[in-house]
Amino acid sequence: MRKCLWLWGLLFFALGFAWSITAERNPCTERISGSAGDVLEDDPVGRLKVYVYELPSKYNKKILQKDPRCLSHMFAAEIFMHRFLLSSPVQTLNPEGADWFYTPIYATCDLTPTGLPLPFKSPRMVRSAIQLISSSWPYWNRTEGADHFFVVPHDFGAYFHYQEEKAIERGILPILRRATLVQTFGQRNHVCLNEGSITIPPYAPPQKMRARQIPPDTPRSIFVYFRGLFCDVNNDPEGGYYARGARAAVWENFKSNPLFDISTEHPTTYYEDMQRAIFCLCPLGWAPWSPRLVEAIVFGCIPVIIADDTVLPFADAIPWEEIGVFVAEEDVPKLDKILTSIPSHVILRKQRLLANPSMKRAMLFPQPTLPRRCFPSNIEWPCS
Amino acid sequence: MKLSALHQSYINRRTNSFRSSGPLDSSSDSAIKSPAAIFWLVFHALCCLISLLLGYRFSRLVFFFLFSTSSTNFYTSPFRSTAELVKTLDVHSVLSNNPVANLDLPLLNKTVTNSRVVVGRHGIRIRPWPHPDPVEVMKAHRIIEIVQKEQRSQFGIKNPRTVIVVTPTYVRTFQALHLTGVMHSLMLVPYDLVWIVVEAGGVSNETASLIAKSGLKIIHVGFNQRMPNSWEERHKLESKMRLRALRIIREKKLDGIVMFADDSNMHSMELFDEIQNVKWFGAVSVGILTHSVNTDEMADRKKDEEENPRMPVQGPACNASDMLAGWHTFNTLPFAGKSAVYIDDRATVLPRKLEWSGFVLNSRLLWKDSSDKPKWIKDIDMLNGDIESPLGLVNDPSVVEPLGNCGRQVLLWWLRVEARADSKFPPKWIIDPPLEITVPSKRTPWPDAPPELPANEKPAMGMQDPIVKHSTKRTSRSKHRSKRKHEPKTDTQVSTRHSEQS
Repeated sequence: MRKCLWLWGLLFFALGFAWSITAERNPCTERISGSAGDVLEDDPVGRLKVYVYELPSKYNKKILQKDPRCLSHMFAAEIFMHRFLLSSPVQTLNPEGADWFYTPIYATCDLTPTGLPLPFKSPRMVRSAIQLISSSWPYWNRTEGADHFFVVPHDFGAYFHYQEEKAIERGILPILRRATLVQTFGQRNHVCLNEGSITIPPYAPPQKMRARQIPPDTPRSIFVYFRGLFCDVNNDPEGGYYARGARAAVWENFKSNPLFDISTEHPTTYYEDMQRAIFCLCPLGWAPWSPRLVEAIVFGCIPVIIADDTVLPFADAIPWEEIGVFVAEEDVPKLDKILTSIPSHVILRKQRLLANPSMKRAMLFPQPTLPRRCFPSNIEWPCS
Repeated sequence: MKLSALHQSYINRRTNSFRSSGPLDSSSDSAIKSPAAIFWLVFHALCCLISLLLGYRFSRLVFFFLFSTSSTNFYTSPFRSTAELVKTLDVHSVLSNNPVANLDLPLLNKTVTNSRVVVGRHGIRIRPWPHPDPVEVMKAHRIIEIVQKEQRSQFGIKNPRTVIVVTPTYVRTFQALHLTGVMHSLMLVPYDLVWIVVEAGGVSNETASLIAKSGLKIIHVGFNQRMPNSWEERHKLESKMRLRALRIIREKKLDGIVMFADDSNMHSMELFDEIQNVKWFGAVSVGILTHSVNTDEMADRKKDEEENPRMPVQGPACNASDMLAGWHTFNTLPFAGKSAVYIDDRATVLPRKLEWSGFVLNSRLLWKDSSDKPKWIKDIDMLNGDIESPLGLVNDPSVVEPLGNCGRQVLLWWLRVEARADSKFPPKWIIDPPLEITVPSKRTPWPDAPPELPANEKPAMGMQDPIVKHSTKRTSRSKHRSKRKHEPKTDTQVSTRHSEQS
């Protein structure tokens, strides 16, 4: 159990590495109190040891070399986790004293010409990697992989399929059953979420987001903002399957409402618009998670999560109810009433919690290209 | 987040579902011998054909129409829980041989029973009237206001100072036009405001009633001189009026930032935010909108020039290190000899070299015995003459702070438009008592104009043309008769006209 907690801490540490919000004007922020705040500010250096297996480059580097687009994909979490661990002080080169073992496989890096991932080869790749580590090192067989963790950021985690029904049918790869899975998918009472899995936020490009920041005194004039699909005409022509009908319901109920700035366009000012909005909708799509949550947190827009029974990243540590607004899918027609009935002091408090820099750091992935000066010496993590 | 194109290159979902419906098909195969099964098979084939013809799966419609509890449109009916839908599917499982519906069955068995979330087709919930609710819209706007206020207090100007606005004015045709514009701009300023209105010719009810509508804090002062007719004299008098206002500020010891808003200028809201940054004496850039009437000459000049003539800007000029290096003033040479001399001239009205409105100052500079006043400010009472621009108040012009990104932002615009000196306008722009004389137009634009209504006076009775046009119908003629019983003279005139016509 304690080991699990340290792993949490490590993941926070990993994810918060590189972001530093311009602190010239100190906005009023509120510290997230309780165990959540402690974990966010915790520093696991020296207390946690992770051993990174040396896999042949066909499992990681060669794949990335073949297709460098994987770095900016929404599944790029696995790549950044690997790079972070290689350069972090928690890495140990002595496997005997290690608490956790990490296997760097870039399982979702097989992209189509248009840039979509093909998960069909992933199970085979994972199986062969595990065979390799179990034969070359004794640590896998010692515990059947219980102290190993894998990053599986695909749609439904370790099921390696994008369709929910298929994924459920297949189940998790049998050999991964005892291992800890670090994934972006989270849904309560769902077979795709194991007992010990850790949910992490999906990858969103921090440099792009940083470049598009607008001055913080720009007044927030958009009430609700959303850009994305409402109906997946190619795969679900009659509607009702995609997003369990929730996105289509949002469109049908609020398309003529001036408070709701929702459309399917791809504007060039997407990030700037999010910074001018008070609420950002984060409804489910084919899977309940999306990078919108990360973007909303980074830009200070209160996320409105419309996904029943979803498990958000670091749910044990981050008090999502205090930061975001949860709306049940059946309440979507009453969304405007729900949002306007939130008392104003609650809204201001949520904005203050979002402005907390450690919140934003927890959601972002490290950029290994930043200079080596970025070493956490204290809680503030100055990064120049 | 899924990309829809993700699925384009993959195997069609429907073919997948065909595979998953395999076991059910086999069951129907084995039962193919029984007549009921044959009947259902034929029925199924018929349904498929109908679906093909219609272009969509109509089995869904059948389900909803047969089993739906409400009679309204199935989209708007309250959504039945998927559990109930599953039951109906179970009962008519053979009917549900329809390919996609099959998807629901095997998977529903697999999902954990204590989860509310069900995989499969869901209805799209739409409320009965999916349009904005005005009550909610108002509440949302209030929330937006609160959020923006909080943002302003966090990121905007800390400790905003009162803005003291000085406006010289006088009663004239265009006063209502100009003053209303300035008034509305000042009403939008989010800071505390004091408006000092100095009126030439003494305080008048007209001006007072106009500015009273603003709800701002106003000091309305009269100046005992009438506004002269020439622009030169007018500028001089305005300077005197502004100095009068500055003396009031000094007497009352008003604290804040003094800005000069001429009543015909246009101000942007950013101007008021920017002047909060002034320390002692600042200058902003003013865009000069000169109204030129000689279009022929301008057209000729435009043909010579390749590019569009840019709007002249008056204000501080900075060097590369953002320090004040000089002044941009208005170039009067092109207009030499062609500028307006009198207020109602048709020629271009020129601004002075440097307009008062481009300067802002800290009101403490005007106080008599302020200890932290800088040395370079002259005392107003010690001025021996009139000053053309506020630069006359400073000994050393280099202390002026350039505002608005060192003068690169134009925050207000200068324009002088006045009506002819002899133009008449109703006092307070209210027509009271209402006009009594109605003179019908010689030619109405509408062919079948309604009959003339009885007016108090009948000067129109002498005119014959409009009456002909009005009363072309028989019914109108009778109406005429009944209405004008008391004036038989006109009646006969009308009727004779008609008899001539018809």
